[in-house]
Amino acid sequence: MAIRVEVGLKEHLFDARGARVTRQIRHAFSRLTPPDKISCFDVYHVDSDDVSPALLQEAFCDPVIQDMATDEVLRARCGWYVEVGFRPGVTDNVGHSARYALGLLTGRTIDVYSARGYLIEGGYDEAQVRAMASECLANALIHTIRIYPMPACRRIEPLIPLVTSSHEPVVEELSLNLPDEDLVRLSQERTLALNLSEMKTIAAHLNDPATIGQRLAVGLSGKITDVELECLAQTWSEHCKHKIFSAEIDYEEDGRTEHISSLFSTYIKGATAAIRKKRGNRDICVSVFTDNAGVIRFDDEYNLVFKVETHNSPSALDPYGGALTGIVGVNRDPFGTGLGAKLIFNTDVFCFASPFHEGPLPPKILHPLRVFEGVREGVEHGGNKSGIPTVNGCIVFDERYLGKPLVYCGTAGIMPRTIGGKPSHLKEIAPGDLIVMSGGRIGKDGIHGATFSSEEFHEESPTSAVQIGDPITQKKLTDFLLVARDRGLYRAITDNGAGGLSSSVGEMATACGGCRIDLDRPPLKYHGLSPWEILLSEAQERMTLGVAPGHIDAFLALSEAMGVESTVVGEFTDTGFFHCTYQGRTVAYLSLDFLHNGLPPMRLAARWTPPAVDPAPVPEPADHGAKLKEMLARLNICSKEYVVRQYDHEVQAGSAVKPLVGVAMDGPSDAGVVRPRLDSEEAVVVANGIIPRYSDLDAYAMAACGLDEALRNYVCAGGDPDHWAFLDNFCWCDPVAGPRNPDGEYKLAQLVRANRALYEHALAYSCPMISGKDSMKNDYIGGDVKISIPPTILISVIGKMEDVKKAVTMDIKRPDSLIYLLGVTRGELGCSEYLASLGRKGARVPGVDAKASLKRYKALHRAMRRGLVLAAHDCSDGGLAVCLAEMAFAGGFGLSVDLAQVQAEPGMSDTEILYSESTGRIMVEVAPGKKAAFEKALGKDASLIGTSTPEETLVIRSVNGATLLSEDIAALKTAWKATLDF
Amino acid sequence: MASVKALVITGYGTNCETEMAHACRMAGALADIAHISEVLSGAFAINDYHFLNLPGGFLDGDDLGSAQVESVRLRHARVKTTGKTLFEEIEVFINRGMLILGVCNGFQALVKSGILPGNPLGRRRVSLTFNDSARFEDRWVLLKVNPNSPCVFTKGMESLLVPVRHGEGKFVADTQATLDEITDKGLVAVQYADKALQPTMEYPDNPNGSVSAIAGICDGTGRIFGLMPHPEAYLHPTNHPAWTRQPRLPKQGEGLAVFENAVAFLRGIV
Repeated sequence: MAIRVEVGLKEHLFDARGARVTRQIRHAFSRLTPPDKISCFDVYHVDSDDVSPALLQEAFCDPVIQDMATDEVLRARCGWYVEVGFRPGVTDNVGHSARYALGLLTGRTIDVYSARGYLIEGGYDEAQVRAMASECLANALIHTIRIYPMPACRRIEPLIPLVTSSHEPVVEELSLNLPDEDLVRLSQERTLALNLSEMKTIAAHLNDPATIGQRLAVGLSGKITDVELECLAQTWSEHCKHKIFSAEIDYEEDGRTEHISSLFSTYIKGATAAIRKKRGNRDICVSVFTDNAGVIRFDDEYNLVFKVETHNSPSALDPYGGALTGIVGVNRDPFGTGLGAKLIFNTDVFCFASPFHEGPLPPKILHPLRVFEGVREGVEHGGNKSGIPTVNGCIVFDERYLGKPLVYCGTAGIMPRTIGGKPSHLKEIAPGDLIVMSGGRIGKDGIHGATFSSEEFHEESPTSAVQIGDPITQKKLTDFLLVARDRGLYRAITDNGAGGLSSSVGEMATACGGCRIDLDRPPLKYHGLSPWEILLSEAQERMTLGVAPGHIDAFLALSEAMGVESTVVGEFTDTGFFHCTYQGRTVAYLSLDFLHNGLPPMRLAARWTPPAVDPAPVPEPADHGAKLKEMLARLNICSKEYVVRQYDHEVQAGSAVKPLVGVAMDGPSDAGVVRPRLDSEEAVVVANGIIPRYSDLDAYAMAACGLDEALRNYVCAGGDPDHWAFLDNFCWCDPVAGPRNPDGEYKLAQLVRANRALYEHALAYSCPMISGKDSMKNDYIGGDVKISIPPTILISVIGKMEDVKKAVTMDIKRPDSLIYLLGVTRGELGCSEYLASLGRKGARVPGVDAKASLKRYKALHRAMRRGLVLAAHDCSDGGLAVCLAEMAFAGGFGLSVDLAQVQAEPGMSDTEILYSESTGRIMVEVAPGKKAAFEKALGKDASLIGTSTPEETLVIRSVNGATLLSEDIAALKTAWKATLDF
Repeated sequence: MASVKALVITGYGTNCETEMAHACRMAGALADIAHISEVLSGAFAINDYHFLNLPGGFLDGDDLGSAQVESVRLRHARVKTTGKTLFEEIEVFINRGMLILGVCNGFQALVKSGILPGNPLGRRRVSLTFNDSARFEDRWVLLKVNPNSPCVFTKGMESLLVPVRHGEGKFVADTQATLDEITDKGLVAVQYADKALQPTMEYPDNPNGSVSAIAGICDGTGRIFGLMPHPEAYLHPTNHPAWTRQPRLPKQGEGLAVFENAVAFLRGIV
């Protein structure tokens, strides 16, 4: 028997959570009468019948604010009672904490399963309530819903969502000597995401006489085991192997064909190698492209570690769980780099469809508002609960992200340059070292995550691909491992993400030449997992370590003392094989060489045909003031304060430029500045750039402009252009042509052009790429509907500044300053926010003059170090007009500006000057006394276009001298803040 | 002169331990950070110290309500070497006349285990619940310091500008009598205030809807202090969200004064 415990706020207290749910339901069900009241309850199903009410009270109830009931419902008012619990096997963090608390009180292990209760009061029928529950309160993939009429129902039975499996673990053996169509079917049925040629490559390997001999020797037959086949599918997945980035590509443009042998080697690694060589002893790179994250120098004692990942497919299925797992997952990348880094900040960028989307949704697609809120909350819980500040980010909106939202999560860390006298960025593994798994247990969570994300999202996408992260388990794990690191208790560390143990051990094994895993040994959450599932599970919060035998006792003792589960699961070898055993017999025996190098490169064709352009002139608005307000309110420009405030951006006490700045602490800062060492004045600077809409004219411009935007943001806050590096994060729509993807060759051409742009501009800016990621299947297919995201690259720049007190923010500081625009404004309105506001695309997308821009950024940086700059802000989305408005209302002062003074191409209209998105431009505020020094420092790059004023008005005069607009800055700010003021 | 020794407890979701220890050191104390497992094993003994710091974070994920599990742990988990519960160790510590500071999650732990307001010690009489907005929020708040409070930590201060970063910070009392008692005795050490430094119930100056705008309270001796806002988050002048607007940067952040007061008090008795 079990006990159902229900806890609710005392009646006289304001139920803030209930009020919030009421707002959500009122919004989502605007066609119905709003609920009279919704009350929230915490429910615990305790799997025992002999825990006294007094103990339950002490564990679960705060007597100052809450009442508790067992078995009987707590509030028997008229309405519907909805209970939302977890499906069996879904991670239940609250349940785990409840079990721990009961354990402290009783000295026994008693399982507890949490649920959430809602009493919905209002005149609804059961179907309406069910709709509310499934749309607003639960996600059918992970939750169960129970609905009861009230007050008729006085008692709700306990519900224990135990994983009951009669499934006995088995190892299947499969013959691959099959006709082609059967091989394809096998791949599809098992979500292997292997194509026919890959399946045939595996079959051929198995039929090789040498292979047959090796397998017979360990007791395997000519058939492949499911453990081996699944392991190969993971290792060879697009997600893990980056097949498209490694492909042989024939690129055709203007009738000329060029062959590219691996985009990754040619453009990404190629650029970094060239930059490092050229910089010589000024090279800041320490470890690039070889580990879970990139490593650069910070100061004499520390290195910086940085990685950005995506978690798009899981976030499409379960926005909360997917995004939470995304952030705690990327935390493990810097944590699993070298010997492990202490995590110092997160940076998050999301791409969504409009949260105000109207109209029908394709099957399995969640409403964008629900995706927005779920992702926001998942990242909030993942970041805040891990104690890592979120210092920077942005949100980009485009209707095509309805097909798949993009959830970019990034984390930086810091690690001493040497630990125990050895370079910290290197791992060592010797044969005989033990393979240890630390952290959470293994369940069916996230099985096939890597192969699932290597396919388009479709109606039958597997639900086991959803994981829910647990930031507290991970915090315990990282607390423990940092101590173990400093005591020298392990020699190598990596994280368990996509592909689970098969990936983490498989990669580590290449360092020593082999491994043997005993699949009986990893601890499981529940019975019934087959060996292949144990190997592939993407259950969260796990690190894999290489521990020398002499250190294992100390390692395990420390782990136990700090409340972390660690298990020896095998050992590293030099046999040349990836070897797994289960119940004493071999279940996988794959040559490491075949596992990692057996996959033949893909051959792909790319063809570039420039898209049609829209050369019609840029129309003038009827009312420039009204138009500016409309621009400020656009989703891609408006204030994101609603989201930013819910992220802790200053834990660890190093934040120096926060996401919100200015007189009212609500202006949009350009970059994050953080002091990672509390005893030092040196700071890390982080910024991002992302302009997917430019892909509609040319993905080359999208990539080049994104990089320039990120670098400009970085420089605006005071980052040093001699000490910078970046990560490239590609999210693409499927660029492999096929029957369901007729324009694959065009999308691949876009990919080639974007890579070229990064190569050329990274070199021109002398800014190396240090790590990155690609996610290539961001398409939705359901029925007749196909939605492909616009090709998107997130550029994340990291670097430093010597003296944090030289940082600069974007808000106008005083009423009598000089306002300079650096750079040239051109008629580049193609894909601009201005034309997008008119539903148009235009013709001329911005270009990047990297040579001129770099010279300018360096000159501005020197001026900042001399204290010549009061404020700086990049001119990007929405151009000069939006930039001026933001600076004015963030600072609380007016601006008076003459467009005639702007360095612009001849013949540009006022509107074009106001809303052009030409790159390389920065708006700068300078004190009157610093005029001569600033102008000398910046030369003719700087145009004095106006002044700041005590009147709180933004005044812009036309090129012909007439007043174009004169707007109260408070009204501009109101327009900017209203859109996402949820 | 003997050194003031501060202990900062971390583990299971605490996340402000580094800056809390840094604040203690800046104020002149020696500071150790101990994982709660190291306190339970006896590797660190609370009563070897003078100044106990309970930092912010998300102990046990706030899963059963903020610091709810921590209050169970304090009352029931025993220190291996002494056989006493953590609560009993803290009782000894208090009776020795030492200082305790709880910030945010640490404050929640102090009230939920009945260490604050502490009359009687161990009875939960006040609590901290969900913000009226039902949201976690990070924002800077102005605090009015009560000049009539016995609080050791806020001595000589009029106001304090520091951030809140919480979702469960709304202060409530079990009865009006409790509220009257803590008010009359001057235990309300800090209140959320408007620009004119008047206690306020208006959002966002009062970020969570706390009754009587209460941001932090002390016990009757003034030696135990808990508050939701984070003084350890404003140690360096560039922590201030608008520091680039200040014509002259202060040498240090305002939050440090709380720790300096604590160390100065302890210097007089250790």
